[in-house]
Amino acid sequence: MFSVELLLNALIAGLLLGGFYAAVSLGISVAFGLLDVVNIAHPAFIILGSYAAYVMNVSYGYDPIVTGLIFTPIFYLLGVIVYWIYYASFEKKGEDPLRGLVFFFGLLFIIEVSLLLKYGVDYRLVEAAYIGQSIRFKGIGIAMRLLVPCVVGVLMTLALSLFLSRSFYGRAIMGVSQDSLAIRLMGANPMRIKTIAFGVGIATASLAGALLIMIGPVEPSIGREYIGRVFAITVLGGMGSVAGTLLGGLVLGVVESLTSTFYGPSWSPAVSFGILLLALAVRPAGLLGR
Amino acid sequence: MMRRWTYGIRAWALIAALIGAFVLSGAWAAGAQTAQPIRIGFGMALSGGLAGNGKAALMAMQIWKEDVNKKGGFLGRRVELIYYDDQTKPATVPGIYTKLLDVDRVDFVVSAYGTNLIAPALPIVMERGLVFMGLFGLANNQKTNYPYYFQIMPSGPDPAVDWTRGFFEVGMKQSPKPTTVALVGADAEFAQNALAGARENVKRLGLKVVYDNTYPPTAVDFTPVVRAIKAANPDIVFIASYPPDSAGMVLAAHEVGLQPKLMGGGMVGLQFAALLTKLGPKLNGIVNYDFWVPEPTLRFRGIEEFLKKYQAQAWKEGVDPLGHYLPPFAYAYLEVLGQAIEATKSLDQKKVGEYIRAREFDTIVGKVKFGSNGEWAKSRVLQVQFQNITATDLDQFMKPGKRVVLYPEELKSGNLIYPYSKANP
Repeated sequence: MFSVELLLNALIAGLLLGGFYAAVSLGISVAFGLLDVVNIAHPAFIILGSYAAYVMNVSYGYDPIVTGLIFTPIFYLLGVIVYWIYYASFEKKGEDPLRGLVFFFGLLFIIEVSLLLKYGVDYRLVEAAYIGQSIRFKGIGIAMRLLVPCVVGVLMTLALSLFLSRSFYGRAIMGVSQDSLAIRLMGANPMRIKTIAFGVGIATASLAGALLIMIGPVEPSIGREYIGRVFAITVLGGMGSVAGTLLGGLVLGVVESLTSTFYGPSWSPAVSFGILLLALAVRPAGLLGR
Repeated sequence: MMRRWTYGIRAWALIAALIGAFVLSGAWAAGAQTAQPIRIGFGMALSGGLAGNGKAALMAMQIWKEDVNKKGGFLGRRVELIYYDDQTKPATVPGIYTKLLDVDRVDFVVSAYGTNLIAPALPIVMERGLVFMGLFGLANNQKTNYPYYFQIMPSGPDPAVDWTRGFFEVGMKQSPKPTTVALVGADAEFAQNALAGARENVKRLGLKVVYDNTYPPTAVDFTPVVRAIKAANPDIVFIASYPPDSAGMVLAAHEVGLQPKLMGGGMVGLQFAALLTKLGPKLNGIVNYDFWVPEPTLRFRGIEEFLKKYQAQAWKEGVDPLGHYLPPFAYAYLEVLGQAIEATKSLDQKKVGEYIRAREFDTIVGKVKFGSNGEWAKSRVLQVQFQNITATDLDQFMKPGKRVVLYPEELKSGNLIYPYSKANP
């Protein structure tokens, strides 16, 4: 069954999937990688983003990407509020991080149940002219439904990377992640910087959700399927490394795609997580971690 | 004077008699209203993974209750439904049925929706010798052979094999005859059962398997799977998938340009408005299982009235606005129980159970006769082909001509467009 054409198609499909994986993992990379906040509710925020895209698409015919951009500031504010509550209830008191985990578990359920009560349990999809279309070139096929999320995912990674390395607040976030005490000694307020960082992390969920509902149908609890995957990508790429998240996503996407094509799709999770274990054995800090 | 007095007595007696009769008749009517209702208890998935269908089933069951009570109930008693949310968790089921029987003291219990939620209730009803109507369970009674279990999904006496029989038989009647097949499905219970049945049918028909794989339920992108299938170049592609995967497969098949001679079979989700209206014309040519579609050959007594009532409420409740898949059967499984109670004029479990075993029932999903294992005596899993879908509006799926029945022969409403590429160029 092996052919060069099949191999090239599998590689391209894997890269496209990887770009999307990076988009859904960026928020975790910021919260977990930079702030040490185990935000397992992040996939639920992504689903919230998907529903925002769905509602705007069905009601006003908005393109999901446009909706994702419109809702980004709203998600940022949502992230800020969530972090305030988390900080006041757990971090400030120096509570065990496990209790914070319970907080985010609770948040996950609240978002899921709220969506369930409002929109029911039916699967939701969006419509856009490019969904279902593909570009074909000499036996190579590129599905627009995957190309658009990949491009947007890469652009999101680039934007976040530039923000963290070039802007004042971005550098401050990197500083807090490296040495919170030093930032405090310099007269800055780490809590304020962490709030901005967490808000940025949740803001990425708006676009990530829009990308998710472009790829396939969504229902309120589907976010749970991504919890393991997004944490694995963050760890594989290197904790706190945004470029590493993109690389981790691409590696996982390509491995899944090649396994599905040549060996059988049911093996793809085992091979992907096998690669994760192998990578961590060789580089415990992750691919681009320090 | 004496005569006038006698007349007065007679007139008063007449008035008293009339008032008495009126009061008595009123008392009788009031008595009928206040008599203990016949209570039917069940658990239902109103939250969790199966809640979408569970809520739709409950709505259908409430429509049945209203219809029955409008006609005066059974045995001069109204019907009442007592139900609890099983949260789609099998662990909640034994507690719910024990409470229904010991605390609520219901007269009958019927099953929740789905195989996994029927299984934990079966030992309880078997121990007490109760009639148990099942709603969409796959082979729950296969090993136990409990005589009073009756399952309404028309999968037939050998559910796994019968489910996919029609798909392959339709294909084998075509010219040029297909010779190779690809089998793909999710790593989950229903899909595995469907694939096992498909493998038996493939073996019986002598088809050559060129691809046989499963995918994890968490799969996101199906293009690699579809490309691998395309590379194997099969004549038939049999897919056993759950709703998100069904959508993923249809989209990926389009993007990759997969065009076998026949495709579909066991794709869950292509019966519901949510996916039908989003996939629209991309569905053309796919042949898939179904249980009821609005074709002229399936216009059974009462089905249209039921759907009118259901569809009027569905939008408000946020459940499937079409209601073709599960709701008519949720109505029908209570219809069977009701008809048996009415015919036997009894609430005795044995009498009612024996009656259901022996008789054929006329329901809104057609004539229903149960076999020895409590499944339909003869399979009536339909194979329908999506044809002439030009848009994504919902209304088209409420009318005939879009999901044409190809199998079984006696319910056929049109011909297969073959090969697949002809229906979906």
